[in-house]
Amino acid sequence: MKSFRAFVIKEFKHIFRDVRTLVILFGMPVVLVILFGFAITTEINNAKIAVLDLAHDNYSHKLLDKISSSGYFNIADDLKSYSEIEKSFSKGDIKLAVVIGENFGKKLINDKDAEIQIITDASDPNTANIVSGYLTAIIQNFTFETGALKPPLVTVKSQMLYNPENKSVFMFVPGVMTIILMLVSAMMTSITIAKEKELGTMEILLVSPLKPWVIIVGKIVPYLFLSIVNSITILLLGLFVFQIPMNGSHILLFSEVLLFIISSLTLGLLISTITDTQQSAMLISMLGLMLPTILLSGFIFPISSMPVILQYISNILPAKWFIIIIKSIMLKGTGFDTIMFETSIIVIITLILGIMTIKKFKIRLE
Amino acid sequence: MDDKVITAKDLTKTFGKFTAVDHITFDVKQGEIFGFLGANGAGKTTAIKMLTGILSSTSGEAKVAGYDINTQRNKLKKNIGYMSQKFSLYEDLTLKENINFYGGIYGLSKKQIVTKTGEMIERLDLQHIENTMISEIPLGWKQKIAFSVAILHHPKIVFLDEPTSGVDPITRRQFWNLIYEAAEDGITVFVTTHYMDEAEYCDRISMMVEGRIEAMGSLKELLERYDAKDMDEVFLKLAR
Amino acid sequence: MQRIIYIVQKEFKQIFRNKMMKPLLFVMPFVQLGVLSYTADFTVKNIRIYIQDQDNSPLSAKLTNKIEASDNFILESVGFNYENGFREIEKNKIDVILSIPEHFSRDFSSNRNTSLFITADAINSTKAGISINYLQNIIHDFQTEQAASKGIIELKPGVNIIKRDWYNPDLNYKFFMVPGILVLLVTMLALYLSGMNIVREKEIGTIEQLNVTPIMKYQFIIGKLLPFLIIGLVEFTIGLLIAKFWFHVPILGSIGLLYVFTFVYLILVLGIGMFISTITNTQQQALFLAWFFSVIFILMSGLFTPIESMPEWAQKLTFLNPIKYYVEVIRLVMLKGSSFSSIKVNFAVITLSAILINMLAIRNYKKTA
Repeated sequence: MKSFRAFVIKEFKHIFRDVRTLVILFGMPVVLVILFGFAITTEINNAKIAVLDLAHDNYSHKLLDKISSSGYFNIADDLKSYSEIEKSFSKGDIKLAVVIGENFGKKLINDKDAEIQIITDASDPNTANIVSGYLTAIIQNFTFETGALKPPLVTVKSQMLYNPENKSVFMFVPGVMTIILMLVSAMMTSITIAKEKELGTMEILLVSPLKPWVIIVGKIVPYLFLSIVNSITILLLGLFVFQIPMNGSHILLFSEVLLFIISSLTLGLLISTITDTQQSAMLISMLGLMLPTILLSGFIFPISSMPVILQYISNILPAKWFIIIIKSIMLKGTGFDTIMFETSIIVIITLILGIMTIKKFKIRLE
Repeated sequence: MDDKVITAKDLTKTFGKFTAVDHITFDVKQGEIFGFLGANGAGKTTAIKMLTGILSSTSGEAKVAGYDINTQRNKLKKNIGYMSQKFSLYEDLTLKENINFYGGIYGLSKKQIVTKTGEMIERLDLQHIENTMISEIPLGWKQKIAFSVAILHHPKIVFLDEPTSGVDPITRRQFWNLIYEAAEDGITVFVTTHYMDEAEYCDRISMMVEGRIEAMGSLKELLERYDAKDMDEVFLKLAR
Repeated sequence: MQRIIYIVQKEFKQIFRNKMMKPLLFVMPFVQLGVLSYTADFTVKNIRIYIQDQDNSPLSAKLTNKIEASDNFILESVGFNYENGFREIEKNKIDVILSIPEHFSRDFSSNRNTSLFITADAINSTKAGISINYLQNIIHDFQTEQAASKGIIELKPGVNIIKRDWYNPDLNYKFFMVPGILVLLVTMLALYLSGMNIVREKEIGTIEQLNVTPIMKYQFIIGKLLPFLIIGLVEFTIGLLIAKFWFHVPILGSIGLLYVFTFVYLILVLGIGMFISTITNTQQQALFLAWFFSVIFILMSGLFTPIESMPEWAQKLTFLNPIKYYVEVIRLVMLKGSSFSSIKVNFAVITLSAILINMLAIRNYKKTA
């Protein structure tokens, strides 16, 4: 136990001596969470659009006023003819073009059958869908306001549970936190061990009287500590800067965070047992994990919409389960019983990773 | 050009308030084995870095192989060899690939590289490991290979920074044989070491203490001047 | 020139000698491209819905059927009680609840106003917004159909909105994602490889030996850059083939233009990596910096979330993001067939930054301590 303590202290000294790495380790997550918390949303504001008004009457002007004052759109290009639409698109900065048909007002009021064309830039289909949806809703409201149509009998009211203003920050902050914890923990452990191998110091450690597990655990403990500090910072930022509610138990949340960190560290260890250079450890832990974690964890794109095979694949990512857990605890305020299933999956994945690591490690020693 | 390969005059390097090398003045003659002795931290490595053009001097001047160390670095570098205490071969390349690479960097032609590689492998008797990864070659061998690679382009002078640290006495002896061979070939050797007994292999020795050259001369001269029976004693008397 | 070739040779040998590297460079990126391109779909499918039917009439049953028949919804259960549905949301088993009020049928047939009520789990705000939107459309269609069949209101649209989706009429999101993910993979690979390269020589000590050789700084940097440039272009080519023949992404514009731009872009990214490599002392530091920038570049590229939705200061920041420019160009050229004149601004920005950063890297790489 004494040698273990000495070893851990040595590892801590290694990390803390390198001020630059420290700044990066503690500063980076803060910068990232703040940046993304504000910057990453899927709500679209001020989308640039082009307008071709073939009517130029009272009603078409009123509609255009309504569109530009909605906050969603910014009329960037006032076109004169159909042929200009293509030019406007190929410059690449407008999201859609609206064409208001001839005699718009007359047709709307008299025939109740005016014509509007919405041409989207579907090379970005997601944005195209969202902006054309906004525009359609504005136009529909407009027809009711002008009295051209009677509003429908059945109105639909909706309530946003857990997130009354439907802010995407509630989704993205837990997501960013998960990614940072996962990547930083897995990356750090895999790299430190690969470094010892590359510089040849691992062998010196292995012939020392320290038991292999002492070495491994000793290397992990400082990073466990760093990750805990990081996750506390991120949580505090989420609570105080982004005002994400904390409805559940702090202790439960903290234990789940700890579990997730351990799971990520174990993954890092496994990576380090199969690589010999920092370069390949890095390629696996960064190139290999970054995009799958971002895309398959449900952090940006809903998992339920993915092809079935990918839904299965997403199940082996602890990140997916962890995001569900954090959201349940913080936003829904649920207790352990509702997230028991998710928790036990992370535990099982961690155990499997752990067993694989130990096996690989033993083979290497023999 | 005269027969001086290095002329240094009042060469000085300060880092902030700390003076690592303090007005050193010396010459090294063509074909000489010049021992640059001193304790760890006496300023040997800093001096070598200045002489090889990877560290600018604060004041003073020096010419190596006829080129100014601060203004003619590139010409200088073509004419020197260097081997550091830190191991300098690529572990993940084979012996031959390392030779090939450094030969290319020094601008040798393909033909020259092939002949030189052949010569070197034969001289060191390395046929059996020419395609072995450096990482799998024992340390003693690596050091000899590193030295041979450092003089592959037949420089006017080769700088050896603690070349024998960490190797056993037998290998050290063999290593010094290589140094002699190089010197016989007309390559001047500038070697730093903190093994005082290695001084006896050198033609001339300078003793560095706290950034200054405290004594210089042949082994015999130094022993007489300080009335000592070996270099250890000279060193102790100087350090006092 | 000869020296550059020797460095290039050496780098290639070192890269390919490591047996992990080949699969990491030439298998993993393309598996990711093949798999992950399917993920980025904002069309929300399989929305799990609970219908609280307090009316229990033929009309409410018709509405329920209509929802069940839609592609987007999975009807989990129908019940009278709101609490049941709410508990399911809590357990993550349900995404939305639609409440049909009492007397819905009666009010509707006697032309009285009535309202339906949607409760959505809004933690994932995008999904919630889109689900509600779908549901509203279904309800809207439903009442038009019903009203028309009873002759209650006339079937006039008011405004007939015709929607056309240019450049990608089927709204195939893969056309959008495949080029984007390809860009990300090529960028990360180039950045990570170059970012750790020089610093690796520093860490294992071989840089010292190189510093005393007569090699010039620019020769050294170019020699280091070239192998990765070649690897990057090979990766790009394989990715392009996958995009074309597996995903059938149209390539409308000039392939030559794509390559010229990719070439310049890679020099920029490699330059950033080299720069990172020259200002750090250990591979670990280099790695964290490279990681930091790549996360920012990726998430702020406009690939996953639109740049328009970012606050103004963040939109300004994206002007510094090389991935943003590259994503734009790839899309313009591939999907819209744009010519050089449409991408000249991007081209100028990337070229100038490439020159600048590489000059900085060369300047920063100190052969002298």
